[in-house]
Amino acid sequence: MSSNPRQSDTPDAAIPSGPLATKWSRHKMNARLINPANRRKYHVIVVGSGLAGAAAAASLSEQGYKVSCFCYQDSPRRAHSIAAQGGINAAKNYQNDGDSVHRLFYDTIKGGDFRAREANVHRLAEVSVNIIDQCVAQGVPFAREYGGLLANRSFGGAQVSRTFYAAGQTGQQLLLGAYQALEKEIAAGGVKMFPRTEMLDLVVVDGHAKGIVTRDMVTGEVTAHAGDAVLLATGGYGNVFYLSTNAMGCNVTATWRAHKRGALFANPCYTQIHPTCIPVAGSFQSKLTLMSESLRNDGRVWVPKRKEDCGKPAAEIAEEARDYFLERKYPSFGNLAPRDISSRAAKEVCDEGRGVGPGGLGVYLDFADSIKRLGEAAIRERYGNLFQIYHEITGENAYTQPMRIFPAVHYTMGGLWVDYNLMSNVQGLHVLGEANFSDHGANRLGASALMQGLADGYFVVPATLPNYLATQKPGSVTTAHPQFAAVCDEVAQRVSKLLSIKGKRTVSSFHRELGLLMWDECGMARTKDGLLQAIEKIKALREEFWTNVMVPGSGEEFNQQLELAGRVADFLEFGELTCIDALQREESCGGHFRVEHQTPEGEALRDDDDFSYVAAWAYSGDVSRPQLHKEWLTYEEVHFSTRSYK
Amino acid sequence: MNLTLKVWRQKNRNAPGHLAEYQARDIPVDASFLEMLDIVNERLIESGDDPIAFDHDCREGICGMCSLTINGKPHGGKGGVTTCQLHMREFQEGQTIVIEPFRASAFPVVKDLAVNRSAFDRIIQGGGFISVRTGSAPEANGTPIAKDVADRAFAAAACIGCGACVAACKNASAMLFVAAKVTHLNSVPQGQPERDRRVLGMVRAMDAAGFGNCTNQYECAAVCPKEIPADAIARLNRDYGTAAIKEALVG
Repeated sequence: MSSNPRQSDTPDAAIPSGPLATKWSRHKMNARLINPANRRKYHVIVVGSGLAGAAAAASLSEQGYKVSCFCYQDSPRRAHSIAAQGGINAAKNYQNDGDSVHRLFYDTIKGGDFRAREANVHRLAEVSVNIIDQCVAQGVPFAREYGGLLANRSFGGAQVSRTFYAAGQTGQQLLLGAYQALEKEIAAGGVKMFPRTEMLDLVVVDGHAKGIVTRDMVTGEVTAHAGDAVLLATGGYGNVFYLSTNAMGCNVTATWRAHKRGALFANPCYTQIHPTCIPVAGSFQSKLTLMSESLRNDGRVWVPKRKEDCGKPAAEIAEEARDYFLERKYPSFGNLAPRDISSRAAKEVCDEGRGVGPGGLGVYLDFADSIKRLGEAAIRERYGNLFQIYHEITGENAYTQPMRIFPAVHYTMGGLWVDYNLMSNVQGLHVLGEANFSDHGANRLGASALMQGLADGYFVVPATLPNYLATQKPGSVTTAHPQFAAVCDEVAQRVSKLLSIKGKRTVSSFHRELGLLMWDECGMARTKDGLLQAIEKIKALREEFWTNVMVPGSGEEFNQQLELAGRVADFLEFGELTCIDALQREESCGGHFRVEHQTPEGEALRDDDDFSYVAAWAYSGDVSRPQLHKEWLTYEEVHFSTRSYK
Repeated sequence: MNLTLKVWRQKNRNAPGHLAEYQARDIPVDASFLEMLDIVNERLIESGDDPIAFDHDCREGICGMCSLTINGKPHGGKGGVTTCQLHMREFQEGQTIVIEPFRASAFPVVKDLAVNRSAFDRIIQGGGFISVRTGSAPEANGTPIAKDVADRAFAAAACIGCGACVAACKNASAMLFVAAKVTHLNSVPQGQPERDRRVLGMVRAMDAAGFGNCTNQYECAAVCPKEIPADAIARLNRDYGTAAIKEALVG
C-alpha cells in the first residue's frame, strides 16, 4: 500500500472502506433509498444533455424522479459528445486477450500518471461492462464481426483490444442512444426539456444547491428554477484555448459559476492535447478537427530525418530517410503510445525543425503500409468518414498521400471536485462526465471519455443521488426564496453590463488573444516564467475586456454575440486559475509538462512525494487569489511507478 | 477571394424578412463557409451593424446544427457534406452567393438563418427509441446480429437530424428523417417488439408537426450530408403499411 501520510484539507471524499474490488457493491448496498411513490416528489435539475446529462436525466426519470434538463443547443441530440469518433472502452474481454476489470482499472490509473482517485477509477472499470449491455439493448449499432458478435479495436495506452466502436461515429451513436432514451422519458412526461437555454448561475441556499438561473437564448428571458438537487454535466473547458476540437459553444460558464458559488475546482491545469488533429491552416481558423486516435492502429507516424527534406513531397522521401519517431522511442507501444506522450514527441520533432506542411507544424500519419497489407477497401471501411473529413478540410487524398497531423487541445481532465458520490463540496451539487475531475488523473486514455460519461449518467449518479435526496424534504426550497430573486438580479445586471460597455474590440478578438496566450504558455510545455507572464497578461486582457468589449444588439433577443461575451468573460477568469494551478504544480505529469521537471531523455518527471495530491481551488472573492486545498491520493492497490511505454 | 452575399435577414419569428446584400472581401480560399461568415460578421460588428445569426456548433459535420440553404441548395448541394464542411475553394472568385435558412413551415425562423427544428424531437418522442430501462439490459453478445443487418442499421443511424431533407423537398416532407430512424431501429432484433408502435407513432407525429407528404422525387437523398439512401423511404412505407393494416384488423 502506498499510502500518503499527509492530511488532506478537502472535504471528506466519502470513499467506502474495505477492499477496492468490493467498495462499489458495498456502497450501493449501504446507500439510502427512496421509495418509488416518493420519488416523483423530488425535482432534479440536469444541466447538459451529452452522454452524462442525457443518460442521467433518462435514468432518473425511469426511476420516477421529476427531471428538468437544460441545454444550449437547439436539441439535446447536438451535445458535443456526438463528435467523439473512435470508441468506448469496456472490460468485456471478448477478445480473450487477457483483459479484466482490474486491467482496465490499472491501465486507467497508469495512463492518468497516478493522479486519479483509485476507488472512482475501479468503479468506472466495473460498470464499463454494463454500459455496453445497455447501449446494445438500446439498438446502438456497434461494429460486428461476421459471426454477429461485437467487434473490438485497440486504443492508445493499452495492450489489449477492448474498444467498442461504430465506424468513426461512436460518440454519435452512443449519444443518440441516450438522446432517444431521454426523448422516451420526455414523451412519458418524466422529463421537461429546455433547449436553447443557458445556465448562467447556481442558486445555493444554506450551503445546498437548490436551483439555477437560466437565460432563454431566443427571448432573453432570465428565469429561476428550483430543484432538490442540481446535476452539472456541462462538459470541459478546452475552449479557453480558443482553438480546440470542442464545439464552438462549449464553455466553462456553468462550472465556473458554481465555483464562484463555493464549489472547489480541481486540477484545471490537466488539459489533454490530442496528437492527431488536422493542422491549423490560417488565422481565420475557428476550430480544429480531430482525426481519431483509432487511425494510429493502421497509420504510422513519421517526419523526415533531415530538415532539408521537409519541403519535399512525402513520396520523394525514401524509406531510410524517414524517422518513425514513435516506433523508435516507444517500441512496445509504437504508434499507440498514449496521447500526452505522442503529442510531446510530435512537438519535439517540430521544434527540431523537422515538421512538415505550412509553418512546419505537422507530422505525417501514413497509411501506405496498411493499404498495401489490407487493401484500400478495408481501410475505407474502417476509417472512410475520417478520410472524407480530412479531404473536405485540406483538399488532400489520404489514400494516396500521408495525412498531416498536429496536436490540439481536445479534452480537459480537471473539473469540479467531487466525492465518491459525484457530489461537490456544495451539498446537492453533483457533477458528471468531463465536467468533474475524478477519473482520468493527469491524462485520459483514448475511448475512456465516453465510458466515463455514460458510467456517471447511467449507473453512478442514479445509485448515489438518493443518498443525498433522502436527507432532503422534497420541494423544501422554492423560487420564492429571496436567494433566487437575488441571483436573477445579478445575472440580469451582468447581461446589461456586457451590453453597455460598447467598446471597440469584438468578443472574438479577446477570445483569440486569450487562447493564443494559453496555448503558448500553458499548452504542451509550461515554464515558471511563462506562466507568471501569462497571469499578468490575462489580468490585463480581462481588464480591457470589461472596458472595451463591443457587444451588439440587446438582451431581449436571440443574440449570439451576447452569449459568447458571457462565456469569454468567464474564460478570462478561468484561464488565470489554470495558469495558477500549472504554476503551483512543480512537477511534470500526464498532460501537464513543466519544462523544469523532465528526465535527461525529455520524459515527464513526476514528484510523488510532494505532488501526489488533487489541487482543489476555492474561490476567495478575488479571482487572482484562489485558496488551494489538497486531497492527498492514497493508493491501496497500485504502486507508484514511472510510467514507461518504451 | 471577393464575393457578393445575399443573406436572409429576419429579426424574429414574427417579423418579415428580406435579402440583404453584403460584400465579402479578401476571404482566404482555405476558410470554411462558416469561417467566411465569421469574417463578415466581425466586420459588421466593427462597423456597428447587427451580425448575421446562424446556427453552428461542432463545425465538423456531425452535430447537425448548421443549416444554411446556399444558392437554393441545403448545405450547398454538394451532397455528403454539411455547411460547416464546405470550404471556400468550392466557390468562384466574384461569385454571388444567396444564403437562406432551411425553409419549411414546421421549421419557423428564430432569427436570420437560424430555425427551430424541435419538430424533429417531437417525431422521435413519437416512437424513435427502444424502451429499455437502464440496468435491465441482457448481456450484449447474447443476441448476435448478422453483419449486413448491423451495417444497414448503422448506415441509417448515421442521420444527424439537420433537416436538409425537409428543406430540399418541395413538400417540406420529413420522410427521409423518419425513414432513417425507422430503418435503424426496425432492422435490429432489439427493435422488433416496438416496430409497429414505433412506425405509427413517428409517422403520426410527423403529420402533426406539419411536414408535407412524400412524392418520391428524392431531392432529400441528393442533399443528405450523411447520404441516407432513399430506399429507406420504401422500407418506412412498407413498415407503416403493415402496421396500419394490423392496427385496422386487430386494433
